[in-house]
Amino acid sequence: MEKKLFDEPMTVINLGLPGFFDSVKGQGAPCIHVDWKLPAGGDVRLLEILDRLHEMEEAEQNA
Amino acid sequence: MIIKNIVQKNSYYDSATLMLLSSQVAKEVGPDGDAAVMMGSDMNREILEKSGLLADEGRAAGPNDLIFAFRAATEAEADAAYAAAQETLNSRSAKMRSEENVMAHSVEEAAERAEGAKMAVVSLPGQYAAREVKKLLKADCHVLLFSDNVSLQDEIALKKLAVERGLLMMGPDCGTAVVNGVGLGFANTLRRGPIGIAAGSGTGLQEVMTLIHNYGGGISQALGTGGRDLSGAVGGLMMEQCIRLLAEDPKTEIVVVISKPPEKPVADRMMAQLSGIGKPAVVCFLGGDQEEVIGNIHVVRTLEDTACEALALAGVAGNPLKAAYESLPDIAETCRAKLTDGQKYVRGLFCGGTLAYEAMLILSDKLGGIHSNISHDPDLLIAGTDASVAHTVLDLGDDAFTVGRPHPMIEPALRAERLVQEALDPETAVVLIDVETGYGSHEDPAGVAAEEIAEARKKLAEAGRDVVFVCSVCGSVDDFQGYAAQEDKLRSVGAVVLESNAQASTLAALIAR
Repeated sequence: MEKKLFDEPMTVINLGLPGFFDSVKGQGAPCIHVDWKLPAGGDVRLLEILDRLHEMEEAEQNA
Repeated sequence: MIIKNIVQKNSYYDSATLMLLSSQVAKEVGPDGDAAVMMGSDMNREILEKSGLLADEGRAAGPNDLIFAFRAATEAEADAAYAAAQETLNSRSAKMRSEENVMAHSVEEAAERAEGAKMAVVSLPGQYAAREVKKLLKADCHVLLFSDNVSLQDEIALKKLAVERGLLMMGPDCGTAVVNGVGLGFANTLRRGPIGIAAGSGTGLQEVMTLIHNYGGGISQALGTGGRDLSGAVGGLMMEQCIRLLAEDPKTEIVVVISKPPEKPVADRMMAQLSGIGKPAVVCFLGGDQEEVIGNIHVVRTLEDTACEALALAGVAGNPLKAAYESLPDIAETCRAKLTDGQKYVRGLFCGGTLAYEAMLILSDKLGGIHSNISHDPDLLIAGTDASVAHTVLDLGDDAFTVGRPHPMIEPALRAERLVQEALDPETAVVLIDVETGYGSHEDPAGVAAEEIAEARKKLAEAGRDVVFVCSVCGSVDDFQGYAAQEDKLRSVGAVVLESNAQASTLAALIAR
């Protein structure tokens, strides 16, 4: 299933460099900047475990 | 001199913002001082330690803490630099918060609020990026993943998920795209038109799309895949998706594909797909040896040839790019008259990785082996920080130069020291450089390069000789930096400015030959 993109009205979502948000806004395109914070104190291993648990929960709910 | 660290607990800022801030703040602490603002990760603390900027407060910081580190003549000077850094950070976030409805606190909230098609640009640190991209794809957002340091395993999983959901996942390490006329990442101001592009390289895409624009053509969509997409492991998953979307797009009449030569099974699959799209295609395998027409597919070798072929197929007649080569031998002759007998080598210093690669290929054709930090030949491969050997081309965006520093397309001043060093080598005949304009790039890159060239020429004059500086501006004539003004700045310090990287590289080879 294709998610239409070309020549559709489009909103840009920016995660990271604020400069990229500025340039999209400067071109007159709608843009939302995500105020991203380092999750779980930056512990990538802990994040993986939390995500895996979350996915298992989702799978159970959908079953 | 004193070393002072100030730690701001639980304050995340992305590394690119902090690198730019660091180079601004370093100017506040005088010529003998130094400053860096970094998150307190293990790697960053090690960088600070090696630079002699870490104090006990910084040593105790964690990965979620922001470290301001200063080496200054006095405590007061360090405090003033700290105040300047704080002011820059605060005014930035205050400005963003003051704009209504532009901030979201999570990917989910942003995806919920976004209207129409959703296109996300992700430039988070690589180790956290994949997790957010997965959320975005699940929320039906197309993604441009600018970050590097994303694992191959994550790349494959994310691309499979994207294909399954009918989405684009451009990257990782995808620097450039123009979607529906909106430039994303490092991009340029372009007119819309019938030429659609899918590229495995950022500056390669910028060079082709801006040449098309500057010579009267127009772009429907310009998509990126990230450099690893056409490897055997990823198998061209996103290139296949991009070609399919461009083939189905009624506004795209010509499909252009740009990449380094892919592994054979991937190349074969891609050529088979292109042969069935029912539209003319131009394929540039940069560094490949093919130049031929196979059915609807025109295979070319350089970025400039790609633009010329696409323009011809779009019916834009009379572009003067190829005619310019006729005058190059005469220009080379004039330039050579300035040189002494011992000056015989080309030294290329590039901010754009693919432009460095193209220069290396063109120079190799005419001069033989070119030493480079991106050479595939082990006999010619040199570390970027080593001294140059004979003819040398360096990609200054390589990791060796950018650990803890912004990419040279954002902060071109990083080239300054090397440029003067190469120019003063008595065997250097030509210093070949690129300048990139457009969104995301420095606001006056040619101004920075011109200052460096002027400085080098002053020192050369003291030594009683000169060097030829050859440049090209990779940018659109409509970019906000002003294309003509950028070229004029380079010419005002005696540089020879040509219309493409291929022309500049060819002239450099003719001068050195």
